[in-house]
Amino acid sequence: MTHHFRDLLALEPLSADDITFVLDQSRPFQEIQRHPLKKLATLRGKTVALAFFETSTRTRISFGTAAARLGADTMNLQAEASSLKKGESLLDTIHTLNAMKPDILVMRHASSGSSDFVARHLDIPVINAGDGMHEHPSQGLLDALTIRERKGTIENLHVTILGDIAHSRVARSNIQLLGKFGCQFTLCGPAMWVPRELEDIGPQGTKIRRVFRVEEALEGADVVLVLRVQTERLHEPALSAGDYVLLYQLSAQRLRGAKPDAIVLHPGPMNRGIEITPEVADGAQSCVLEQVTNGIAVRMALLYLLTVGAPEEGPHPAAEVQPGAPQTTPKRRSTDAKDASHAPR
Amino acid sequence: MRIVEKAQLMSAAEIDRTLQRVAHEIVEKSGGTKHLALIGIVRRGVPLAQRIAQAMRGIDGVTVPVGVLDITLYRDDLSKVAPQAVLRSSDISFPVDDMDIVLVDDVLYTGRTIRAAMNGIFDLGRPKRVRLAVLIDRGHREMPIEAQYVGRSVQTSTTEIIEVRLREIDSEERVVLVDRVE
Repeated sequence: MTHHFRDLLALEPLSADDITFVLDQSRPFQEIQRHPLKKLATLRGKTVALAFFETSTRTRISFGTAAARLGADTMNLQAEASSLKKGESLLDTIHTLNAMKPDILVMRHASSGSSDFVARHLDIPVINAGDGMHEHPSQGLLDALTIRERKGTIENLHVTILGDIAHSRVARSNIQLLGKFGCQFTLCGPAMWVPRELEDIGPQGTKIRRVFRVEEALEGADVVLVLRVQTERLHEPALSAGDYVLLYQLSAQRLRGAKPDAIVLHPGPMNRGIEITPEVADGAQSCVLEQVTNGIAVRMALLYLLTVGAPEEGPHPAAEVQPGAPQTTPKRRSTDAKDASHAPR
Repeated sequence: MRIVEKAQLMSAAEIDRTLQRVAHEIVEKSGGTKHLALIGIVRRGVPLAQRIAQAMRGIDGVTVPVGVLDITLYRDDLSKVAPQAVLRSSDISFPVDDMDIVLVDDVLYTGRTIRAAMNGIFDLGRPKRVRLAVLIDRGHREMPIEAQYVGRSVQTSTTEIIEVRLREIDSEERVVLVDRVE
């Protein structure tokens, strides 16, 4: 059993087996979060480039911490301080970064598809840490890990997503992932944020319905995913913050309409008192802090799998290499995997 | 190239007898079992550690905790073996600080696995003492590491492979010496 992807650009192309594999491989890293000494030397000598062209605090710190706990070094590029401000193109910036020889690139960018574009120009693995309104795959994975821990499964659950779904890459990654496991979705929020097109974004056959009354949307929910409301998008006359609270805020009373053992997720950062009440955010059903801890474990697993754990398409480690025989070099694979044949036990 | 079985080194009964002896030796040489704990190295060290612990219960009712340690993340050859190196869960539920730990593995060869295991254990705390028990010692050490408790020492060539097959993991129970031949 191994994984079948070289980059992690989106959850959409991954199989359910690949996702289960990543979640399973995250478990040993969850244990490490509980160790008194959390630092491994597994990726010693490897460098993780963190390129955040869009501001981020928790995702960047999470990937940075994951890299540090694996013993890797990091290079940091942040939008505000970068030469993009001086007019350099994205590709030039990426090539410059790559010339410093990182072993893997983690990137966030405001344009959908940007990490896919960059991955096609690089021979190192790329992890998408959020591209516009497209996907945020590591968030989808950490949410799934959190759900699996609390509910024991990620199969056939009723998932309610509240808020600005149209603009949300977190919602898209969650729907792509959980949809592969037979979950069904109820999307709820102001009509302008829950357009009809969203009914078709899931994997083939995924049931997605739109509901505009939050009480109805929460009925029978196993998982409630509350999205962050970008307060700058809340304005008169379309929808004021007060109206949003009145109509869509997840309160303890509303949450009682979901299943008694329903759990609440929020990707953070939370606007307490806007999309979620403090009572719910801090309540027993909330998994918000588990999500943060699990985020490091998932990202450690991803960095581990994509840097040292070569995907299956490389030369099989058990294959004997005949001296002088031509090597079949798979496209864009680094030289590491070629050494596999003389590995001792 | 094919793999041929050259000899059977231990039968199921011999494995059982050996583990009984190792359990006795550990209890005898430990000078008290109060702080004693066994840690089995994934994969075949785990059932072996459990069986030694079981045998110890038969010796004046000594109960020792058994931990599970996966050493993959501590290997020094990860970039060479990683595609095969599926991580498994470690489970050491007792604090290792000041404990008297016996690591258990099936085969002692280069010593690199034990080196990795010690790194893993020391990330959890500072044990008072760490010893090593193995079913087979096949020589060819590349590290200054020795086992205090050895089921059987076997002279091997580096092309040979020792396969420990245990009923908990494999469909049979015996130790065989196999060789790669052209």
